[in-house]
Formats: sequence, structure tokens, C-alpha cells
Amino acid sequence: MSEPVTSTNDLEHVQPAAHPVVPYDPVANQIGMWLFLFTEFVLFGILFICFAVYLYEYKWQFEKGSGELNVAFGTINTLILLTSSLTVALAIAAMERSRKSLCVNLLTITVILAMAFFMIKSYEWGMKFEHGIYPGSTHLLEDFTKGENVFFGLYFTMTGLHGLHVLIGVTLLLFVRHKIQRDQVTPARISLLENSGLYWHLVDLIWIFLFPLFYLIS
Amino acid sequence: MATHSVALDTDSRADYLHATKGLASWLTTTDHKRIGIMYLIMIVAFFFFGATMGILMRLELFSPGQQFLSNGAYNRVLTLHGITMIFLFIIPSIPAVFGNFFLPIMVGANDVAFPRVNLVSWYCYAIGGLFAIISVGLGGPDTGWTFYVPYTATTNANVLIPILAAFILGWSSILTGLNFIVTVHRLRAPGMWWTRLPLFVWGHYATAWIQIVATPVIGITLLLVLMERFLHIPIFDPAVGGDPILYQHLFWIYSHPAVYIMVLPAMGVVSEIIPVFSRKTIFGYKFIAASSMAIATIGSLVWAHHMFTAGMADLARVVFSLLTFLVAIPSGIKILNWLATMYKGSIYLRVPMLYSLAFIFLFSIGGLTGLIQGALATDVHIHDTSFVVAHFHYTMFGGTGVMFFGALHYWFPKMFGRMYNRVVATIGFSTFFIGFNVLYFPLFLAGMHGMPRRYADYLPEYTIYHRISTIGSWIVVASLLVVVGNLVYAYFRGRKASVNPWGAATLEWTVPSPPPTHQFPKPITVTHGPYDYSQIKDWHE
Repeated sequence: MSEPVTSTNDLEHVQPAAHPVVPYDPVANQIGMWLFLFTEFVLFGILFICFAVYLYEYKWQFEKGSGELNVAFGTINTLILLTSSLTVALAIAAMERSRKSLCVNLLTITVILAMAFFMIKSYEWGMKFEHGIYPGSTHLLEDFTKGENVFFGLYFTMTGLHGLHVLIGVTLLLFVRHKIQRDQVTPARISLLENSGLYWHLVDLIWIFLFPLFYLIS
Repeated sequence: MATHSVALDTDSRADYLHATKGLASWLTTTDHKRIGIMYLIMIVAFFFFGATMGILMRLELFSPGQQFLSNGAYNRVLTLHGITMIFLFIIPSIPAVFGNFFLPIMVGANDVAFPRVNLVSWYCYAIGGLFAIISVGLGGPDTGWTFYVPYTATTNANVLIPILAAFILGWSSILTGLNFIVTVHRLRAPGMWWTRLPLFVWGHYATAWIQIVATPVIGITLLLVLMERFLHIPIFDPAVGGDPILYQHLFWIYSHPAVYIMVLPAMGVVSEIIPVFSRKTIFGYKFIAASSMAIATIGSLVWAHHMFTAGMADLARVVFSLLTFLVAIPSGIKILNWLATMYKGSIYLRVPMLYSLAFIFLFSIGGLTGLIQGALATDVHIHDTSFVVAHFHYTMFGGTGVMFFGALHYWFPKMFGRMYNRVVATIGFSTFFIGFNVLYFPLFLAGMHGMPRRYADYLPEYTIYHRISTIGSWIVVASLLVVVGNLVYAYFRGRKASVNPWGAATLEWTVPSPPPTHQFPKPITVTHGPYDYSQIKDWHE
């Protein structure tokens, strides 16, 4: 009753040396993922705070800088990313119903959409670079105000960091797809797929805020 | 059974230290106890490196004028001291070593929730440490550990490597915190209610939340500094439209909560040790647990008190000053409860208890002098003086540093299965306590009289304070060598420790010393609180 556990001379410790000492626990995996996503929210949150501070300080310069961005590209990319969020959610639903090949195909579509987003974004950056708009360029420093420089500084920082997250997300989705094909992710052990889906939604969600803040304030 | 294939290289009866052999078995382990030990070795090594930097500064300051360090070299030594002590020693010290080792055992689990993530976290620490060492080879940064912009964006010293080190160490901290939160939520044994969690676990739970909430802030801020420096992206430099005060805000949004990352685990250790050596259940368990969470919450809202002289609206200064006073209340609650626990207890003064008493004494001085700086008028007088240096060394070194060694003396028998020499440990502790006060107290006085911090030189009237302080640093070093030497000797030659040498009631004292790899081979049920000594009858050191 009183002594909850083993005592002094208990040397008969059975030791299953291989993992897991910790049982598979989908709830724990979910909590862990949400905590991780929370750190990502904070990471981008700080950038949004910087944006807010400088928007307050350089209101018309930010509006002018925003006018330089191509709304069409931004809109198309928003639609692409929203669709990819849908396909990844469908992939998880397919896995829950044990439809493996459908799940794999939906993940493939998600990855293709993600790459489309990334290529459009790269093209957009490339066009800016061609027009001499890149961090530290003489065109930017001489022909634009300080406020516009800050705007473009934040633009490249935030969309760049977001783009990096897109690439990480693609890697993750391809990894999960591989694991599914080898039956290491199954309806009974779905955490990795679910968490990758959550990560992809995060990437989508951040873009949902980036798009209006940069493209639609002019 | 399925264990057949691995039985060859695993001694099922061996403790975690001897379960498998070879360096590779350590570097690939996911055993939380081994990871704790690997942290311990690296953290102690970095502590002595940081201490060496501190000694160099104290020697340079022995007399006015230049002794052997140029002003530039002094700045680099000062920065290395700060970065090493903060990012590589104090922040990870108690959570990474004792939290990793004991938090799972204390809640009745066999490991943390994500053992492999735990190993990744250690590798982040190791890589961050490696970067710090490389940065020494490159001459070291000269920015101070705060990396204030615009200087950091323009200095000729190498700042890339140390900033990357801080960034990577941040991830180590985040992953450890994440692991602890999920472990506490999901892996408590049956009967381990939230109200039966040891206060050490509560302290780490609160700490883990700060690690997760605050650490990403420093991560992104340091990345922005690097982008400013190398890609010329204007964020903080006023010359190109940025705002340096914004940098200071972002930096302290992390770095003030970080001081609670440093001290809350230490308070958790004190809350374990005092009831054990008072033979009395803790006074005000719920208040201590709640005050940890209160410190974590309010402590996240006081950052701008580091910037009272940096240029801020008066209203903001008043609000931050008020919040700073509020955060003293939960700390005061803890100290009251510890004292009330000792009241009419049956105190026996063993080494861990001595460290805990030293913590209360030194941390009270550190905390109360913090309020002097939290008050707006007095802060203007003592801001950027050595008063501040004395204050945070009393809280950080006198608080967390002391309890790191206190925890080591408390859990050493459990971690290594050996007892250390109590007389030598007591001598080491006493000289440390004396040396500590000799080292840091004069800095309060020098600061009151206007001695600026971070200066390599000073006017002759400050000589007496610096002389006494430097002599104190020699006493501290000598005592630390005694303390660590005694423990190292005990590891090899100490007599075998019993399962429960102190007569404690938390779960780690129910498993063998040192614990086997799987400390709980059979599921356990917890039937009593962590400070219920009514069942502990026969125990011997």
C-alpha cells in the first residue's frame, strides 16, 4: 500500500533494451506538434510586430512600396496554397479510411502545388531583382525612401522565411509519402502524417496573413 | 521474448552507466539519464571556461590602468564570459542535467515523451557549444552578450558564429521544454495527480512554458541581426530607417523571461531539499506551485525594465516598473514558504541543505537589490553601474549557480551510486559562500559610487572595491576546485550510496542507486504525496 515502487535489493530489473520505453501515444505527439507550431507562431509573430511598428512609422511609404508588388501573382499563389491545404487535409482523411493509394496521390498533388507556389514566388523575386529591387541595391538606396527600404527589407525577410518553410514542408511531405508507401505510417500510426499536415496548414496560415499585409495595403 | 536479439550487448542487471559500453553507445543513447550526464560533463566544462574568462577580467581590474588586457581584448573576454555563462551554463544547467535525469523518474515514467527529440536537443547543445569554441578561435565577439544593434551590425569582430551558437542553443532549450511539458501531461504514473507532483517538476513545467513562449523571440531577432549585417536588410539600424530601440525590446522580451528560465528550476530544487532536511512536509505546496506559474506569467511582461534609460514613454516606464514590483511577490511567497517549512522542523544540516540556505540568503539579496533597479528614480542612478553586475550575479550565480551545485550534492548518490566526503564538501561550500560575498558585495558599493559596468579601467578611488572583489574571485576558484575535486574523487572512490540516503519521499529515491536503464520495469501506482515522510522509517546515508 504505502511503498509504491521497487525496493533496495530489487536487482531483477527486466530490461527490454530496444525502444520503445515510451509507448506510442498519438495525443502526446499532437501536443508536442502544437507546442512546436506555437514556437513558429511566435517566430513569425515577432516579424508581424516589426511590420506593425514600421507600418505605424512609415505609413505612406509602406503603401507606396506595396504598390510595387504584383497583386495577380499574390492572388494566384494564395489560391494555390489554399488548395494545397485542402489536398493535404483530404490525404489525412483518406489515410484514416485506409485508402493508401489515394492518400499518396493527394500528397503528390500537395507537393506539386507547393512547388508551383515556390516557383511563382521565385519568379516574382527574380523580377524584383531585375528591376534593381533587392536588399542593399543602389537603386533601392538612392531612389527610394528609408520607409520603402524597410518595407522591402521586411518583404524579402518574411516571404523568404516563409519560402524556406515551404521547402521544409515539401521535404516533410515527401518523407511522409515515402513512409506511407513503406507502410510505416498507417491508420493506426498516423501521427507523422497528421503532424506534417498541421505543419503544412501553418505554412498556409502564415501566407494568409502575409498576402494582405504586403500586397493589399496600397 | 523480443528482447533476445539485443540481450547480447546489454547487461540486464547493470545500471544505466554500465548497461552498454563504448563512446558510441553514449552518443546514440536516448536514455534520459545518460543524456543528462552528457549535458553535465559539457556544462561543467563550459562553466570552468566561463569562470576562467571571469577570472581574467577580475585580474585585469586588480589595479587601475591597463594590466595585461587591452580594451578590445577586455571586451572580447567580457562577451565570451557572458555568452558562455548564460547560454551554455545557466540556462541549460539545472533543466538539462537534473530535469532530464529526474523529471521522468519523479513522475513515474521510464523516459521523457520524445526520447529521440531529447537526443537531438543534446546535439543542438553540442553544436552550439562547438560554435562557441570556434568563435573563441576567431578572436571572439566584442559586442557583449546582448548583441545590441547597430554596433553588432557594424563591428569588425566575428559575430556570425557566436550568434549562430546562441540561435542553435535556443532550439536545444525549446526542444527540452517541449519534451518536459508533454512528459508531465502524458507520462505521469497512475496516482501521480497534479497535486502530487514534486515542486521540482512544477518548477520545470513553468520553465518549459517560458522556454517555448520566449525562446523563438530571440531566435528570430538574432536572425534579423544577421540579415542586417550580411544582407543589408534595414531593420534595426537607424541610419537606414530601422529602430534600435525595437531591437532592445525584442531582445529583452526573451532575455528577461530567460532569467526565470534560469531561476525557476533552482527554486524547484530548493523546494525538494528543504522539506527533506527539515523532516517536515512542505508548507504551502499549492502556493509554491502556483507561484512558479505566476512568476512565469508576470515575468514575461516586465522586460522593458532593462531599458528605463534607453528612451521610452513615461507611461510605459511606470507600467513596467509596477509589473516588476509585482513579480517580486511570488518569489517572496516561495521564500516565506521555505522558511515556514523549516519552522519547528527537525533540521539536519547536510551539504544540500547548506546550499539551499545559501540560496535563500544570496537570492534574497539579489532579489531585493533588483527592486532598487525596478524603481524608476533609483534605476537612473545605478543603471549601467557595477551595482547591476553585483545584482545579477547574486541572483544568477548566487541563485541558480549555487543550486546547480546544491542539486549535484543532493542527487549525486542517486546519479552515481556513491557518497562524497561530507567534511570536504562542507569545507568547499563554506569557502565558496565566503568567497562569493567577498567577490560580489564590493561591486554593489562601487556601483553606488558610480563605477560603470563593462569598463576595462577605472578611477583610482574604486581600487579598494576591485581589490577585495578580485581576492574574492581567488577564494571562489579555490573552493570550486575543492567542491568538484571532492565529487570526482567520490565518483571513483566514494563508498556505495544506499537507495535513499536522505530519507526523501519522491519517486527517484525508490529506485536503485544508480538507477537501471528502465527504472520502472513494472507499472507503478503512486499512493502518497512527494513530501509525506510518515512511511519513511529506516534510512541511512
